[in-house]
Amino acid sequence: MLGVGEATSTVATPRTGVGTRLLRQLALNPVAGSLFTLLLFCAIFSATTHTFLTPNNLSLIVQQSVIVGALAVGETLVILSAGIDLANGAICVLGTIVAGKLVDAGYPALPCLLAAVALCTAVGAVAGLLVSRLRLPPFIVTLGLLGIVTAATRLISQGGAFPVMDDLLAWSGNSLRIGSAPITYGTIILAGLYLLVWYMLTQTAWGTQVYALGNNPEAARLVGIPVRRRLLSIYSLAALIYGVAAWLALGRIPNADPNALQTANLDSITAVVIGGTSLFGGRGSLFGTLIGTLIVGVLRNGLTLEGIDPLWQDLVTGILVIAAVALDQLTRRRRT
Amino acid sequence: MSDLPVLEARGITKSYGHVAVLHGVDFEVRAGEVMAIVGDNGAGKSTMIKTLCGAVQPDAGEILLDGAPVRFATPLDARASGIETVYQDLAVAPALDIASNLFLGRELRRAGPLGRVFRMLDKPRMRAEAQRHMDELRFRLPAITNAVEALSGGQRQGVAVARAAAFARRLVIMDEPTAALGVRETGQVLDLIRSVRDRGLAIVLISHNMPNVFEVADRIHVMRLGRRVMLTSPKQSSMADIVGLMTGAIPAHAGASQPEEARP
Ligand SMILES: Nc1ncnc2c1ncn2[C@@H]1O[C@H](COP(=O)(O)OP(=O)(O)OP(=O)(O)O)[C@@H](O)[C@H]1O
Ligand SMILES: [Mg+2]
Repeated sequence: MLGVGEATSTVATPRTGVGTRLLRQLALNPVAGSLFTLLLFCAIFSATTHTFLTPNNLSLIVQQSVIVGALAVGETLVILSAGIDLANGAICVLGTIVAGKLVDAGYPALPCLLAAVALCTAVGAVAGLLVSRLRLPPFIVTLGLLGIVTAATRLISQGGAFPVMDDLLAWSGNSLRIGSAPITYGTIILAGLYLLVWYMLTQTAWGTQVYALGNNPEAARLVGIPVRRRLLSIYSLAALIYGVAAWLALGRIPNADPNALQTANLDSITAVVIGGTSLFGGRGSLFGTLIGTLIVGVLRNGLTLEGIDPLWQDLVTGILVIAAVALDQLTRRRRT
Repeated sequence: MSDLPVLEARGITKSYGHVAVLHGVDFEVRAGEVMAIVGDNGAGKSTMIKTLCGAVQPDAGEILLDGAPVRFATPLDARASGIETVYQDLAVAPALDIASNLFLGRELRRAGPLGRVFRMLDKPRMRAEAQRHMDELRFRLPAITNAVEALSGGQRQGVAVARAAAFARRLVIMDEPTAALGVRETGQVLDLIRSVRDRGLAIVLISHNMPNVFEVADRIHVMRLGRRVMLTSPKQSSMADIVGLMTGAIPAHAGASQPEEARP
């Protein structure tokens, strides 16, 4: 974490090398690097495949990115607060299983969905309380919750996956057509989610304070920001979004599977980090996360179209994550 | 200058674990005066002022605001009572811009339903007011939308000082506000301190710079090892005396800590 003392004590030495200037630009606007990477991949796949740049394929990329994209919204909030959330995929799966089981038991769908989202939110509130009140490290809290929630999910589902045949729960999988490209309601809900949270982060005092407490928690406390309440709201809101992601997941595949989304936590962290948000907190943007999500989606889709072994997808994604964090570290050093 | 202290502290005691930092310190500051706190490194100056502004809870002792006992559970309580603080480590969020830092914790919202219902920030007004405050202080700054981390150490201090001066209604507490400043900027902060005092506010100034203290202070509260060893004024004591007391070269004499002896 970049302390104020550290920042004031170091004198900036002006250097004018091309590399330094590039780094400075990226430091001021890391999203530019992400956007460039996304366009680069799109250009490569458009040039080397015939199918990449078709409306149907682009629509597919978006549909494949919806769930990780939604989880990444919550993950962005947590990472901006200098935390990390390893349990988001597990919380989302819990939502699908609980909603599915309740509907199976004969209850009307809407209350079932709301109950599932409320349960997800409650799990997030527990994480928020542990982080803010007991000051436990977010990594440990969410690692513990990952285990607890996964186990609870398997107990509730008694181990197996089951189909969820309800119109409301699967509604977000329906689509409308714009031109020849199908757009699912899930995609539209996700877009609304991004807009809403973008507004909260950039246009409200709550958002400013989220950045401030991630950037310098002691300063946030001293200027009177209710840091503990804010942390609780961050983890709760993030988990509410994971609950919405559960609904989107049932729209995509109407099947509640306790073994689904096992790498979704790492995928969403990847999207956030590639989008230029700092793992040290206080710097980053939701727009970057959107770009990061699309980079991962485009990469997986494009490499599949090229007929390249899926293992390479993981390998390239891994390289991108390390490159993004390395860039953050480098620019951080230059900044001080 | 009124005789009733704006802020008074009696018998403030504070320990961190087994380390006793403050041993029953008395303190007072009146409206329209600059009270300097001096003392060696680790004497407990920062801890003392943190108990006055709610950032640290004393183990024992009481704090009186305009003669009435108060308890500041958080810095927000103190701010609500018109007490603003410039902390030694500045308490800024370096990644945020100057305007956001100035209004951190009391952001302005738009008028009408945009602000009330949608809780929308009034960024243009915050920027304009931030600019106005910086202009009043005659601090040279790059654009108000610059991140604080892009500023020099002195400019950052300017932001922290401006924040306190802009919002204080009773008392401004400054913990080494000139530590990172050059001659010109130090002069600006001292001017600012005088102008805030002339507005009738009380000022508590911690500084290691004796000439600065002698330039602006009306009274001087000398600390050593968590105790007030003397309450004096630039007219009553020489710099050499005060430095001697701070370092322990001159032993604290009886009655030195009685405020009545040090009326300016
Ligand atoms: N949070 C803390 N935990 C433990 N000890 C502390 C804490 N804050 C201060 N201290 C100790 O209290 C003593 C007084 O510290 P304080 O910061 O009040 O001194 P100071 O007079 O402001 O010194 P300086 O001139 O160096 O700023 C020091 O010995 C310090 O180590
Ligand atoms: Mg100090």
